[in-house]
Formats: sequence, structure tokens, C-alpha cells
Amino acid sequence: MADQALAHDRRQASLSKFERHFATRDGALVRGLVIATGVSFFLLFIVLPLIAVFVEAFRRGAGVYFAAIMDADALSAMRLTLLAAAIAVPLNLVFGLAASWAIAKFEFRGKSLLLTLIDLPFSVSPVVAGLIYVLVFGAQGWFGTWLIDHDIKIIFAVPGIVLATIFVTFPFVARELIPLMQAQGRDEEEAAITLGASGLQTFWRVTLPNVKWALLYGVSLCNARAMGEFGAVSVVSGHIRGETNTMPLHVEILYNEYQFAAAFAVASLLAMLALVTLAIKTYIEWRASRQLSPETT
Amino acid sequence: MSIAVHNIHKSFGAIKVLNGVSLDFPKGELVALLGPSGCGKTTLLRIIAGLERADEGQIILSGTDASDKDVRERHVGFVFQHYALFRHMTVFENIAFGLRVRPQSQRPSEREISGRVLKLLDLVQLGWIKNRYPAQLSGGQRQRIALARALAVEPQVLLLDEPFGALDAKVRKELRRWLRRLHDELHISSIFVTHDQEEALEVADRVVLMNRGTIEQVGSPRQIYREPSTAFAYSFLGSVNEFRGKIEAHGVRVGTDLLPHVTTGFRAGDDVLGYARPYDIEINPGDANAAGVAAKVNRILEAGVMARVELVANGPYRPAKLDYFEAELTAADLADLKLTVGQPVRITTRRLQLYSGVDRSVEV
Amino acid sequence: MLFSKSHRVLPGFGLSLGFTLTYLALIVLVPLSSVFIKTSGMDFARFVEVVTSPRVVASYKLTFGASLLAALINSVFGLILAWALVRYTFPGRKLIDALVDLPFALPTAVAGISLTALYAPNGWLGQFLEPLGIKIAFGPAGVLVALIFIGLPFVVRTVQPVLEDLDVEYEEAAASLGASRFQTLSRVTIPALFPALLTGFSLAFARAVGEYGSVIFIAGNLPMVSEITPLLIITRLEEFDYQGATAIASVMLIFSFVLLLIVNWLQGWTSKRSGKGE
Repeated sequence: MADQALAHDRRQASLSKFERHFATRDGALVRGLVIATGVSFFLLFIVLPLIAVFVEAFRRGAGVYFAAIMDADALSAMRLTLLAAAIAVPLNLVFGLAASWAIAKFEFRGKSLLLTLIDLPFSVSPVVAGLIYVLVFGAQGWFGTWLIDHDIKIIFAVPGIVLATIFVTFPFVARELIPLMQAQGRDEEEAAITLGASGLQTFWRVTLPNVKWALLYGVSLCNARAMGEFGAVSVVSGHIRGETNTMPLHVEILYNEYQFAAAFAVASLLAMLALVTLAIKTYIEWRASRQLSPETT
Repeated sequence: MSIAVHNIHKSFGAIKVLNGVSLDFPKGELVALLGPSGCGKTTLLRIIAGLERADEGQIILSGTDASDKDVRERHVGFVFQHYALFRHMTVFENIAFGLRVRPQSQRPSEREISGRVLKLLDLVQLGWIKNRYPAQLSGGQRQRIALARALAVEPQVLLLDEPFGALDAKVRKELRRWLRRLHDELHISSIFVTHDQEEALEVADRVVLMNRGTIEQVGSPRQIYREPSTAFAYSFLGSVNEFRGKIEAHGVRVGTDLLPHVTTGFRAGDDVLGYARPYDIEINPGDANAAGVAAKVNRILEAGVMARVELVANGPYRPAKLDYFEAELTAADLADLKLTVGQPVRITTRRLQLYSGVDRSVEV
Repeated sequence: MLFSKSHRVLPGFGLSLGFTLTYLALIVLVPLSSVFIKTSGMDFARFVEVVTSPRVVASYKLTFGASLLAALINSVFGLILAWALVRYTFPGRKLIDALVDLPFALPTAVAGISLTALYAPNGWLGQFLEPLGIKIAFGPAGVLVALIFIGLPFVVRTVQPVLEDLDVEYEEAAASLGASRFQTLSRVTIPALFPALLTGFSLAFARAVGEYGSVIFIAGNLPMVSEITPLLIITRLEEFDYQGATAIASVMLIFSFVLLLIVNWLQGWTSKRSGKGE
């Protein structure tokens, strides 16, 4: 009897609030149809492509798979991808912290314009993002002649790739931090200052711990995009094998050479990176929801 | 419309929320369902409205069994605690909603709808905000619009869930009076849920006091306040001093002290729970061997017409929950007593309400 | 006013804002302005000729048309998916919820080759569609499929939180006023979701218009048929026609900015009207 009640209780608790109430409960038919439609669409457009990456990667066996990812060109592409991310992510992290501190903790005119401008790279096509650096640093660009005279190569070289990567991942950290820090207000920081903390101590001991999970998610998303960026990097890279090829570009080259299994093998590494990013996000959300409702067992 | 509920049982999982509740709500009365949070009052209201189904029991509306009727068919006006005004609709559209969703054959014409909405807006004295959105209204205005919306479908019964719960103290008082007037004008049966005893006693014709899924007492505000029939009712309706003890010939033995009282109706040795309101406490300074419970003056609060004295127990007996007794007396009486903080005294009661059974715990 | 130090308790305003503005200018604003400066150096007649040439116009039609259609499809199915995720409990719900963001995190090139493997005539799904006369990869339909993939999370993630926050009371109120379930959904619930849906639609649309990586593998890239505008920019660049590339880019940029303004305005309008103020 008690067991039954307990089981019933658990069933109730697992239901959504809309299922628990009479007026918002949908009939079994509607419910079934909606779930079937939504889930089928999701399986078809999101899950199937993900599965295809891994299946295609192992189509010619594990030998081909490992040969593809241990190939010298593939390794050099990985190195470049890691390098670009290693520069772009910390820079955008510093920017995200500075921007969110200024925007969330102070009042000034033009704040909403600044917010819009920070989001700007999201709405620019990656191809245009690559193009603008060609226009500035390319042979025919603003600094083209000067750069050639001094024998500095930016476009079709590593610096161009890094710049393009920074541009496309520019807003990610700031975007995660600003709304959270705005919602938190500045009471805690002001309290810390009145207690005698210095500005840096306040930031380090009060602000940062409060936003660390959002920061981690922002960084992981920024990193995933930095490693996976294709369009912008494609414009500025010049596709020189072993020199200016990133992993996504290497995937393209292999694919265009009909080395499908090898292309998918390298692609599968990037897909795993995406899955890890989503896992981090899910973990953070799970933590946050537990923090919000400590009394639920 | 008359409403009756018979033997209503309702559980949420393992928690029993209503345990055999039966009530009659006569036509035209304004009834308050009063009780602490978790007593089942809101669930009962939602079951009457048809927003929840009872596990057992019947709802009789106007003499016919409506237990299986859908909320849409019950024709009750329901005012939600947080108003649930539709955010994307203007005030006018919110009020018109119930008329617009009627089947074509019963739907009034656009002109009739408009006329009726404007009349309701007049009734709630808010004609000038008909084109605003809910987000642009104050709490009290939203409250009244929610009421007008519920009235638009001409329900025969109006159900209100904590109607003043979300308002600040001043607006709450105003709206209370206004709701009472409105009820009298409309000749409608109304039931409202509240956890605020002052609100229930001031507004309602009848008060239903609930605790832990059962009904403690039903009566007029006067009956409920003056003649609380259970220990719970007594303690819920105002501050109390609690004396637990055993019946003796001339009073109640509280700890080692004797509280003098007439003990008819009880046998010597019975465990009892005695309640006394602060204004029924007498303070006797002086003789340490006099009758009464030993206490010590802890604090004297002289602001206001009535002065209050806070006393801590000075003997082995400890009142439950709060560790002190509270006495209320006029400033003149206080001056006569010449009390000082720390002074040992004896307290007796002018009126003491005795309930049998000490182990019945009372949660307020 | 901008830099006035009127009783600021917290330090670091000048430093953080200064760094923010400098970095923003160097990485984003100055490079972006190059597009317009380069374009303004162009003869106007030549500019019009470039951006309205038949091949370019065909690419606009495909890019904007497919983006619009993909955003619409995502609005419908994204709403259904969000509804299922929020309102119902079913096995696998949490996994789906976690995977919705996959298109945000998966590199576009990976999505591109994977979708091609599925929809190519000899692919996983293509082999069944081919005999039915349905051709998806290497044509405009392929573009649509790729844009649906990248746009779905925008709709789901903007609708989902609004749907979660929706109080049960709204629908109970509608029911107590006599509205049928259908009337309640069509007059109360969906209108309450509409601003979020519109925002999700615009975001998915904006993203689709600029999309490159996932599309080029599956599109086939036939001029006049399945060539998207971003690809055309790259083609012009490879022909060393910088002016042509820049002119087309400026058209795309202006469009993006207008759309960004619309989205911003939409969000402001929504929060004002349904404001959680007070």
C-alpha cells in the first residue's frame, strides 16, 4: 500500500506541471501525435546526420580510420586548429570578461548600441568575415603593399586564420556572461568593497565564482566554434596542405578527393568535440537546476 | 446557485489533502475558506471549480450532481491568485474573452459584447484603462480586471483564490471593502480562500475553518472568534497563551503551580490544554506563594493604547513553541502594577478555554 | 558623460570599457567598414550591374528563398518539438533536449558532408528517394535540408523557455471562462508564444542566409540553379574580382544589419508589452 503510494508519488513528480493539471493536460492522441512528429523530425534532421558521421568514418574499417587521423597532413591540420583556438579563445575570454564587467556593473550611455555591436559577428556570414580581412590585409588591401614590403604574410597564412577565427567566435563568452551578470546586479561586489576588498580581489573572489559555470559554457562553445569554423577560415587560408589547413578544411580536401572514409574519420573527431561541448552544457544545466531546488530529493 | 460538497477525498500521491469534507454553501452568501497553508482550502476551491477532480465524493451545483462536469460546463467564475490575465490582450479583450469563445449560436453580437464589457468596467471603476495591457496595470487594477473577466460570463457563483494575497497592505484593505460591496450588489454566491483570519472575519458572512484536510469549524465570524470549538480554532484566530496540565479540584496543575479555574466537565487527572488570550491574563506581583503560574517580567511594551507585557516562565513549566507568555492590559492598569523588568510574578487567567487531550499537537 | 566618474564604487570601469571598445573596433568594426569603403569606391552603375546580374540574382533567390522556407519549416516543427519537450514526459526526452544544440556545436563542414552522405542519390536515404523521382542532394532541395539542420535549435531554444514559464493558470482561466481546448490553444497559448516564435524564426532565417559550410557540399553549386550567395562571393574572390565580391558582400551585410535591427526591435517590443515589470 505504502509502496504503491510511493510509486504513484514518483510518477507524479516526474510529470511536467502541465501534465499534472487538469486544464492543461492534452489527450493521449494529441500527445502521441505531437511526440511522434517532433521526435521523428528530430531523428531525421539531427540524430541521423550525427550517426552517419561515425558510420561513414568506420566504413573501410578501423585501419583506414586510424591511418586517416594519423596522417601527417591531418596531424598538422590538428596542430593548426589547436593553435588557432589556443589564441582565439583566451583573447575572446578576456574580452568577454571586460565587456560584461563594464556592461553589467556600470550605467553609461550607448549601452544597448554596444550590446548590438557585440552581437554583430553572429549576423555576418562567415564568408564575409573572411573577406573583410582579405580587404584589409590582402595583397590588394589597405595594408597590402606595406605588408609585402616588410615581408609579413597575414592572408593565406596562420595570422589570417587566427584573425578570422577570433571574429567568428567573438561574442560567445560575452553573450553567456552579460545577461547573467546583469541579473546578479552589483550588490555583492559593493558589499565586498565596503568590507575592504580591492577591485581585483572583488572580481576574483566574488564576481568570478558567481559566473564560473556560465563562463565555462561560454568558453567551451567558443572553443567548439573556433575549432570547427569553416567558411571564414576557408577564405583566408589559401588551402596550403600541411601549412594553412585546419581540420575542417582538411575534411573538405579529403572529401573533394573522394577519400570519403578519411574525410569522415577526421570529421568524427570534430563531431566528438561537439558532443563533449554538449555534455559540458548538460552537466552545467543539471548542476544549476539542482542548485535552484535544493529541497528536491 | 447553491453549492454543496459531500465527503470529498483528494490525495496528491501519498499526501492526503482533503479527508472527507462535506459542506453546504447557501445561495447568496459570501463564504471564506480559512486555514493555514497546506490545509486543503485551495484544492477544495479548485475541485468546486472543476480544475481538479476529487478522488471520492460529490459536488452538487443547484441541486444536480456536477462531479463529472468539465470546468467549461460548470459556469463558475474563477479569480486566480495571480490573476492569470492574458498578457497579449488588452483589458477590454481580456474581459470579452469568455463571451467571444462561446459557440456561434450563443455568442452575443459585437455590440452586445462591447456593451457588456463597458458595463463591467464601470462596475469595477476602471473604464478608463480598457485599452491597456495587463503589464501596464497596478496590482489592484489587475485584481479588479480579473474579477470583471470572471463576471463577464455571468456565473452564478464566484470563486476567488487568495484574492488579496499578492497586494500590499493598504490596497488590500481597500479591495476587501470593495469586494464586500460588490458581492452585495450582485446577489451572487461567492467563496474565497484566505489564510488571513482578519480578512476572513472582516469580509465573509460565514467562515469555514480548515486544518489538515478536514473542517474544524463553520460559523459566523462572531461565532468563530468568540466560540472557537477546537483548540486549533482557538489558536489560529489570535495570539494565545498555552497552559498544559492535569485537572485538579480547584484548577489546572501546570508544572508544579496551580492555575485556579472552574473544572466542570473534566475529571481529576485528565490531561488538558488551556488557552487564554493575552487580554485575559492577570499579573499578580508580590506574594511568591500566591496562586498562579510563576513567571518573570521580560519586557514591557508601552507604545499604543494597550500596553503589552512579555513574561518568561519562572517555574518548571515551559509553554510550547514560544518560551514566553504575553499579557495585554491598559496603560492605567500597567501603571498601577508598577512592574519592573526581571520582577518575579504569578499569572492567572480571567478566562481560560480548556480542551481535553494534551498529545494533540496544534500547528499554527 | 560616457567617462564621467560620478561616485562609482566599483573600480575598473574605464579599463574594462576601454578595452572592450578598442578590441571591438580592431576586430570587428574597422575590418567590417572595409566592405563599405571598398564598395563606395566603386562606380554606382557598375555596382548595380554587379549586384543585379542574373547569376547573382538567381543566388539571392535561392539563398533567401531556401532560408525563408527552412525557417518556416523550423518554426512549425521546432514549436512541436519544444512543446513535446516541455509539456510531456517520454523516454529519451532528456537526451533529445541535450542534443538539440548539436547544430550549434557541430562544425558546418561536418554537417555538410554527413547530410550529403545521407541524401546523395546512392546515400542512406537518397537511394530510396531516387526511384521515387525525388532528388535532394546536389540541387536546391539539398540547400533546404542543410538550412533546416542549422536553424532548428534557434527556434527550439527561443520558444522552450517561454513555454516553460507559461503558467498553468492561463489555460485554466481560459477553460473556466468556457473556452474549448482548441480555443484555449489558438487564442491564449499560441499568441503568448508568438513573439518568441517570431524571434526564433528571424534568428534561424538570419543564420541560414549567411550559411556556407554545410550547404556547399550538398548543394551541387550549379550556377543559376543551386549556387548560394556566399559561395558566389568566394568564386569572385578566386577570380581575383575583389570589387565584385565586395559589392555582393555589402548587399548581404546590409540585409543582415536590417534583420538584426528587426530582431532587436522585436525583442524590445515583446518585453515591453508582455513585460514582467512589477
